[in-house]
Amino acid sequence: MSRSPGRKQENNKISRELFVLTYGALVAQLCKDYEKDEDVNTCLDRMGYGIGIRLIDDFLARSGVKKCRSYSETADMIAQVAFKMYLGVTPSVSCTSAAGNEFSLILDKNPLVDFVEELPAERASLCYCNLLCGVIRGALEMVHLAAEVTFLQDRLKGDAVTEIGITFLRKPEDRKHKR
Amino acid sequence: MDSRFTRAKSPVLERALGRPRSELSLAAFALLFSELVQYCQRRVASVAELQARLARLGHHVGLRALDALVARERPGRRETKVLGVLLFVKGPLWRALFGREADKLEQANDDDRTFYVIEREPLVNTFVSVPRENSSLNCAAFAAGLLEAVLGASGFPARVSAHWHKGTTLMIKFDEAVIARDKSLEGR
Repeated sequence: MSRSPGRKQENNKISRELFVLTYGALVAQLCKDYEKDEDVNTCLDRMGYGIGIRLIDDFLARSGVKKCRSYSETADMIAQVAFKMYLGVTPSVSCTSAAGNEFSLILDKNPLVDFVEELPAERASLCYCNLLCGVIRGALEMVHLAAEVTFLQDRLKGDAVTEIGITFLRKPEDRKHKR
Repeated sequence: MDSRFTRAKSPVLERALGRPRSELSLAAFALLFSELVQYCQRRVASVAELQARLARLGHHVGLRALDALVARERPGRRETKVLGVLLFVKGPLWRALFGREADKLEQANDDDRTFYVIEREPLVNTFVSVPRENSSLNCAAFAAGLLEAVLGASGFPARVSAHWHKGTTLMIKFDEAVIARDKSLEGR
């Protein structure tokens, strides 16, 4: 079931380098415009949110996934389908709370930092990939799942891996409704 | 500076410069570009300034894309002629960054310093809906900045601007010195 757009451009892929370098240019510009790391992080998160609320449409349209019935299914979907579709990587998911509403995605390969060796000394608390947190938060909000998304560990700051923590905010009520 | 020598080498620097491993989705880039344009728009007061900001961001990208690309596509050789570098831009550079070659490469009739790279639908404008009648804003200013950086870093300083003409035209105006050098090379 593929619709033919009839446009000249049928291929919807772009070069990874272009994407990664454009993101780098954006972060560099933000660093020039804002002095404080927190401001840059907030700005990236906000921009990510703006992207996420629209990316979810593209995701749902292209992946055709069914409604997720639990938080862990949602987290799996984000890691295995969404990340694969948009960044070409598959982070591993683990549940980090007994209540079942906190998850962490561990990224061992992060395309956004393809060309980043390390953060400059004066930008030590910059979350370079904070855009991703905003994207996940925005996308989840558009499917009526409030969540807090932050970076728990970041390889650029010296940690061993890059870890994104997703905390679903509503009480995990029993979502297995009868169909 | 000391920590650089005691810390383990960053894996980024050790990686081989192979072919780009994967491609990413256009939707992701389009949305990122849209946020980028919106961010610039909030901080400027005129269309010209917005285009200048986009060009500066493109400049940043172009400088960094060039080295890896030249190492991959033209190993061991440097473009020394204007036509050579323009063909490199139209072909390998555009293909590597935007997925397809630029449509046309033309020279101005009356001016040997001016060339045009013409694209009917630039990749960066895929989801941008600013029809040419409404505004002179052309987000391909990003591509113009990119091209300017690439030409400058290759040793052919030029001014590149984006125009609405036959789709989108990037007008390249080389510095006098470049054309003079090119002519003297031809003379040999």
